[in-house]
Amino acid sequence: MSLNLQDVQRVAKLARIAVSDDEAQAYQQQINGIFALVTAMQAVDTEGIAPMAHAQDVHQRLREDLVTEYNQRTVFQALAPQAADGLYFVPQVID
Amino acid sequence: MINYGLSRLSNMLASKQISSVELTQLFLERIQRYNPSTNAFITLNEAASLEAAAQADARLAVGDAAPLTGIPIAHKDIFCTEGWRTTCGSKMLENFIAPYDAHIITQCKQAGMVSLGKTNMDEFAMGSSNETSYFGAVSNPWDLVAVPGGSSGGSAVAVAARLAPAATGSDTGGSIRQPAALTGITGLKPTYGVVSRYGMIAFASSLDQAGPMAKSAEDCALLMNVLAGFDARDSTSLERQTEDYTRLLDQPLAGLKIGLPQEFFAAGLSDEVARSVEAALDEYRKLGAQTVEISLPNSSLSIPVYYVLAPAEASTNLSRFDGVRYGYRAPDYGDLDDMYEKTRAQGFGAEVKRRIMIGTYVLSHGYYDAYYLQAQKIRRLIAQDFTRAFTQCDVIMGPTTPETAFNRGEKTDDPVAMYLSDIYTIAVNLAGLPGMSIPCGLDHRNRPIGLQLIGNYFNEAHLLGVAHQFQQATDWHERMPDAFRG
Repeated sequence: MSLNLQDVQRVAKLARIAVSDDEAQAYQQQINGIFALVTAMQAVDTEGIAPMAHAQDVHQRLREDLVTEYNQRTVFQALAPQAADGLYFVPQVID
Repeated sequence: MINYGLSRLSNMLASKQISSVELTQLFLERIQRYNPSTNAFITLNEAASLEAAAQADARLAVGDAAPLTGIPIAHKDIFCTEGWRTTCGSKMLENFIAPYDAHIITQCKQAGMVSLGKTNMDEFAMGSSNETSYFGAVSNPWDLVAVPGGSSGGSAVAVAARLAPAATGSDTGGSIRQPAALTGITGLKPTYGVVSRYGMIAFASSLDQAGPMAKSAEDCALLMNVLAGFDARDSTSLERQTEDYTRLLDQPLAGLKIGLPQEFFAAGLSDEVARSVEAALDEYRKLGAQTVEISLPNSSLSIPVYYVLAPAEASTNLSRFDGVRYGYRAPDYGDLDDMYEKTRAQGFGAEVKRRIMIGTYVLSHGYYDAYYLQAQKIRRLIAQDFTRAFTQCDVIMGPTTPETAFNRGEKTDDPVAMYLSDIYTIAVNLAGLPGMSIPCGLDHRNRPIGLQLIGNYFNEAHLLGVAHQFQQATDWHERMPDAFRG
């Protein structure tokens, strides 16, 4: 398995990371190096093996449906790159 | 005093031989003196540290002290710390002042411990040399041209150079144990779920685990009494009875069965590391332990599996950095997508972007089964290897790393070579087991060598005891770099 330049650019787009053509070439080489390492996995017979997501195979805890958080909008919005009047500012999305 | 263990410092505080303010000042002065050459700390706040020390002294004065009240500690900059800048080693969070405390920060505060500052780390904990930090590389105090390991490199150096009596770290693929080995200190990665992840900036959530880094196993045990515990705010935190992690420190080793995985002593291991590990095993035999050869046949797959699962989880965790709610935003952009793309291109470093892209790829349509699901299945095979091994032995031992600290720049152009530094540590994270590194020698360049100890699930107290007995019989853990003695 190896990625061509278009694959790298498609993945960068999916990941919302701008890459120049030069950067894409460097990433292509490095990522393919890592995938060469990953190829060793493909030969392993995993028929009938359940995927393991968590070491203890525990389940999500459920809790009472009660309000546990209080409003900290002012505190949190103070951290935003651009916010005012309780709103986060981003470029216009809908024309 | 810089070499004293936590219980000795605690006794001095209790008997008023020294105050927490004096102790804190001593370490803050050492940080001022040695941080320029090591770059171990990203953020200091002396006024806040001294204020916390004064509060600890007040607690000590009225007899309201917990065992570690007044003891200074350095925190890896991955832990959100209210009112302190918390960067995770990234430009993305260069100006992020955490609005709340991570669970373990709360635990340390409640115990009366004094924060000395936030330590340097690989960006978002992705790295094995502390060279990916936006705030610059960290130097190994044993040789300033050498890396300290990573990602908890700043915490490791803070302890190794005696800039802090103890530190916190986090370990996703070896990030506590590998830097502990490369700087000659003791570090413990607990069983997954024992220490809450709340407020620890997420890298790969099914693997991330916080733990203590200190000069000795005894100190790590005392710190575990503060750090461990159930926390409902971490959905994978385990509900277990409170335990005293110091309770087995004095248990003799007679009859202990040590498993030696043949795969950890094969090609790729440097002769010097092998010799020191063998010498440590001889010491264990003298102390009454037996060694048995075991096999972890799937351990060679741990790096491929890790470099699918960890980037996959990272790509989703790091999608939160979008330049909208907090963190960096690119100065110039067009539409919303352009803002995201430029913000993330400028805010993340090369290694982080590489891993996000790998993760995005393996989770993308058409590749999920072949990579992500296959990796999760092999993860189970790797965990089963350990379960089988623990029917033959009580503890597993081997080298922490294949070689001692390498020089800065030596592996930066070759990610795959860098990833191999974690070849003996990653399987432990995949299985969710507790693992430690303790110092067991120095190489011909005077760079430290680490012995790795792996225990069965929830056997931290036992593991700490096995490490402590070795440290009672040897003095590797007491060695410190000469240039930092003054």
